[in-house]
Amino acid sequence: MKIAVCISHVPDTATKINIAKDEKTIDPNGVTYIINPYDEFAVEEALKMKEKFGGDSEVIAISVGGDNNKETIRKALAMGVDRGILLKDENFRDSFGIAKALSDEIKIQGCTLVFFGKQSVDYDNAITGQLTASMLGYSCIAVVVNLKIDGDKIIAEREIEGGKEVVEAKLPAVITAQKGLNEPRYASLKGIMAAKKKIIEEKQAASFESLTEVIRLKKPAPKKPGRILGTDSSVVPELVKLLHEEAKVI
Amino acid sequence: MPKFKGVDYFNIESLLSEEEIMIRNSVREFVSEEVIPIIEKYNRESKFPLELVPKMAELGLLGTNLPQKYGCAELNNVAYGLVMQELERGDSGIRSFVSVQSALVMYPIFTFGSEEQKEKWLPLLAKGEKVGCFGLTEPDFGSNPGGMVTKAEKVDGGFKLNGAKMWITNGTIADVAVVWAKLDGIVRGFLVEKGFKGFTAPEMKGKHSLRASVTSELVFDNVFVPEENLLPKTEGLKNALMCLNQARYGIAWGVVGAMMACYEAALNYAKSRVQFSKPIAAYQMTQEKLVYILTEITKAQLLNLQLGRMKDNKTLRHTQVSMAKRNNCEKALEVARISREILGANGILDEYPVMRHSMNLESVKTYEGTHEMHTLIIGEDITGYSAFE
Repeated sequence: MKIAVCISHVPDTATKINIAKDEKTIDPNGVTYIINPYDEFAVEEALKMKEKFGGDSEVIAISVGGDNNKETIRKALAMGVDRGILLKDENFRDSFGIAKALSDEIKIQGCTLVFFGKQSVDYDNAITGQLTASMLGYSCIAVVVNLKIDGDKIIAEREIEGGKEVVEAKLPAVITAQKGLNEPRYASLKGIMAAKKKIIEEKQAASFESLTEVIRLKKPAPKKPGRILGTDSSVVPELVKLLHEEAKVI
Repeated sequence: MPKFKGVDYFNIESLLSEEEIMIRNSVREFVSEEVIPIIEKYNRESKFPLELVPKMAELGLLGTNLPQKYGCAELNNVAYGLVMQELERGDSGIRSFVSVQSALVMYPIFTFGSEEQKEKWLPLLAKGEKVGCFGLTEPDFGSNPGGMVTKAEKVDGGFKLNGAKMWITNGTIADVAVVWAKLDGIVRGFLVEKGFKGFTAPEMKGKHSLRASVTSELVFDNVFVPEENLLPKTEGLKNALMCLNQARYGIAWGVVGAMMACYEAALNYAKSRVQFSKPIAAYQMTQEKLVYILTEITKAQLLNLQLGRMKDNKTLRHTQVSMAKRNNCEKALEVARISREILGANGILDEYPVMRHSMNLESVKTYEGTHEMHTLIIGEDITGYSAFE
């Protein structure tokens, strides 16, 4: 089976983000980039499926973006993915544009099982997997925490508000991975050395008119400073009242 | 706790290859997630976390610079050094385990062993299915190992071993010991296996240092060692010293990890600890301490990187390893002590890693060649006069 795992290159969640002068992009200075954390679950699940299906199964990592995305593809290769494809586009693309590039490539590669992280932690649209499935005409199960595939039958458990839902579908399919699906493996030292020899194919992503445009990025409003009511027990009644009426936490 | 991002004031990362950075990051993540959360408990109980061995093996940390043929990652020496650095950010005892397995057991089997010995032992040691130890030091012969009294005698089908070794990391948990003993007056290496009659390895108790690491005695009472367990290419004490040189190289890198852990703890503490209505980081005396620490870390990093590049292009001299081991261990211990001062009374608690590193580094400064011996080795190199022989 040919398995695709679509990965994105995102700012490290521990990095402090500043907005660039154009107010539409982030200032890349001092920002370190990592593989999108949800995509690590996707990579792990793709590798597990490859191990399960054996034979000539292959896992291909695909990423849309600039040259720097190769770093993230390399990480997936070090974890055990067989080869990588970079669909190059240095410009901003919305989720539609990304899904278009990915679905075209997945068609060319003939992958019947496709993994995504449930969302990228940069723009948080949580839609690229579903759009890709729709463009390919594949079934789609999102926010998956447990996956079983038998023949072409898929049984997946997905998280929903306040509980879980068990869904059945058929291959070909797109699965988007939620935390809890598995425990992603570390890139082993042998894996990192082996990744050096694996191929990252670079192609120009087909041009595509984005359907949405970012016009402005804004930082959240700064937190209001705390208030000190007093330093002895006489303020307790007032504190309880405010916690109840104003903060509404008790 | 925020994610550890490394200490790199001089952008030394720009001198590393993409693979070297990936290897460092992978081990860094492993240490943050698997070592640091459990280490204080093991340190407190004075136990080695055996649960880490299969995980470290899976990551490929054992015998990292040996050939892939034997199941190893075949890293260059800079990458190997970075692995040691990251491990020791967790704990010197964990780094010691990996140092011993890699540099003092797998390296001598690889370098002085027969092909049969290599094929038998190296894959098992790389997978962590077998643990090794290295027996050179004796109760009365530390800096002067040439005086050793452990003896091997030729007997039918093999050798008879008598004597005792001391301060042996991993001894009690080892499946195989690389033991150095005199055969007809010449120091040779032997593979002594757990269960050989007359071989015992009692653990040394009561350590205030390297508590999350096993330290043992090895006792040989008429132990029969079969012929095929002699390391055939050993021909004198210099072979044992070659192993130590590998281990010292790893220590020079490792202690930078311990320094980074102390610096991180001290800096975070100084920024949040308020006295006289401002953080102690705002006082000149604290700033001087932090700057001193960061400067020593940076110097040690540069020393290590060039040491590693020389080792990779095979121009490295053992006296240069002595200089890095000597300097970095001394500075690491000093850094740990200064960090403890910044943390004040809190510094002695195991809520912070600083005192544990400080206690560990007391050993690290002494083992694999004491600070004094490395001084005299370099002293002899530059003056032509040996001050110890």
